[in-house]
Amino acid sequence: MKFLAYLVSGISLGSIYAIIALGYTMVYGIAKMLNFAHGDVIMVGGYVSFLAASNLGLPPLVSVLIAMCVCTLLGIVIEALAYRPLRSAPKLAVLITAIGVSYLLQNTALLTFGANPKAYTPVVSGTLQLFDGQLSISYISLLTVACCIVIMIALTLFTAKTRMGKAMRACSEDKGAAQLMGINVNRTISLTFAIGSALAAVAGALLCSFSPTLMPTTGSMPGIKAFTAAVFGGIGSIPGAFLGGILLGVIEALAKAYISTQLSNSIVFAVLIIILLVRPAGLLGKHTQEKV
Amino acid sequence: MKKLSISKGTRSDLLTCAGVILAFVVVSALKANGGLNRSQAGMLVPVCCYIVMAVSLNLTVGILGDLSLGHAGFMSVGAFTGIITAMSLAEKIPSAPLRLALAMVVGAVFAAVIGFLIGIPVLRLSGDYLAIVTLAFGEIIKELITCLLVGVDERGLHVIFNFNGSRNANDLNLGAAGRVIVKGAQGATGTQTIATFTAGFILIMITLVVVQNLIRSRQGRAIMAVRDNRIAAEAVGISVTRYKMMAFVTSAALAGAAGALFGLNYSNLAATKFDFNTSILVLVFVVLGGLGNIRGSIIATVVLYILPEALRGFANYRMLIYAVVLIVVMLTTNNPVIKSYRDQWQQKLRREKGREANAA
Repeated sequence: MKFLAYLVSGISLGSIYAIIALGYTMVYGIAKMLNFAHGDVIMVGGYVSFLAASNLGLPPLVSVLIAMCVCTLLGIVIEALAYRPLRSAPKLAVLITAIGVSYLLQNTALLTFGANPKAYTPVVSGTLQLFDGQLSISYISLLTVACCIVIMIALTLFTAKTRMGKAMRACSEDKGAAQLMGINVNRTISLTFAIGSALAAVAGALLCSFSPTLMPTTGSMPGIKAFTAAVFGGIGSIPGAFLGGILLGVIEALAKAYISTQLSNSIVFAVLIIILLVRPAGLLGKHTQEKV
Repeated sequence: MKKLSISKGTRSDLLTCAGVILAFVVVSALKANGGLNRSQAGMLVPVCCYIVMAVSLNLTVGILGDLSLGHAGFMSVGAFTGIITAMSLAEKIPSAPLRLALAMVVGAVFAAVIGFLIGIPVLRLSGDYLAIVTLAFGEIIKELITCLLVGVDERGLHVIFNFNGSRNANDLNLGAAGRVIVKGAQGATGTQTIATFTAGFILIMITLVVVQNLIRSRQGRAIMAVRDNRIAAEAVGISVTRYKMMAFVTSAALAGAAGALFGLNYSNLAATKFDFNTSILVLVFVVLGGLGNIRGSIIATVVLYILPEALRGFANYRMLIYAVVLIVVMLTTNNPVIKSYRDQWQQKLRREKGREANAA
């Protein structure tokens, strides 16, 4: 029964990673850049929903919606101001800019909200008791898993069926060719950042409900782990990000429970390294042959 | 008498070394005459360490062309092995400079060994995958050192790992004269601070000699060939793995030596100091200084390390300004308009030089 409890907490933590990883994998797939600022967008989402709920007294759902709107806007602005001018620049220049944006967001939050952690009120409270109270699952875990599955299905349908989704896939395949086919590449990339950032806002609210402390650095470690999850499942692949996120969460929870609390991150990273050595393109990634 | 001819590359290398020596002489003179305040004098050793870190990371990122996000991990290995060496030999070797030198050598050797072990899996990957795996290794090293408990007594070194948080310094079973060197999450405590600015200067000079000679050597050209086109390099018979490993291990060893110096500059040092952010900090020095440009790395390190300190007056805003500087520098140096102006200017300069040479 204890194992089941660990498994449930792992799956719900993994669902949060998966939501972040879905955004990460889409942005990476299309812009081919490690967006280090993604984790900080999560933090911004957390703060906005926190302010909306505690200062304005709005219901949780509305506060999350406001956070999504703000983060979407933020994502589009960051892309337009910092990343678009560097579209043809070397990869490392874009990486350093992303790090700069990450520092900027963290320090702006630090100046506005201070370094003290804020106590975040969970979006939903209460727990579900199963097997005569032997297994208790919080409603927030259930909500997280449900959100994650809905988002995953919606994104899969969006990229597979809609015109914009098709444009996205075309851009991630070959930007030049996509442009020649009449696709507005800049607008498509903006849209991808918008979706990724909106997902980050959702993840921010869920993450803060899960562990209710909110600090300017809240987003950085989940951001890195979500990228790990995306790589784990095969970067650019939507089901891969989902699978990678869930697996990562479960491994982390079980490692914490049975092996060592101190080394839980190390164990997660060690599994990532092994996976990448056995399957260099990730679990569900496409392996591309190198052409001479 | 035959005219001594020095190639352009060598001249540039010598110029870099001369600049470092000049800077050392000026700063030492200032220090001796009390021209530096406490906080400025305290920055001297860390600046030297970060210069060595940046130059060694430039070897991996700029010359070898592989993005490493775990360079601080090697620094950490060097720092803690160096501290353990220096502290456990405190009675046997009374001379502090000798102990410091030995600590740096041990730090470099351990970091090189770890670099070799990590290099075996890491160098099989490429691009962002390689970056994320180096990041992962950096975090793993950090967490392992956080679990480390080390003490020394008359019977020798005692090392245990505190994997599940249940053990503490008492479990080391130290003798009466024993002392704890590394205390798990608290890190190294009560370290004798034997690091000196002169040692930092010597380390920078050694690093420059090693890296610059490596770059100009046959091996260095092979490493750069691998960077520019791996398949072509392989086709002309360059052993890719061997040269990648050579650059990676050299870089790790230098980072280890820098770490040992860094570790022996503080009486208390926790493993969390060498986290992902430190790796990023050094990477920023390298990229802003120019990839593959050793002199650029040194200048960027000095400027960017001093910048946040110089902005102390702005207190809370300094990291914000730092972030903005980072973004603006990247946007302007990669701006196509500015780039084309710079190229035109360089071409003009070259043409004029050519004309002068023809006239002579």
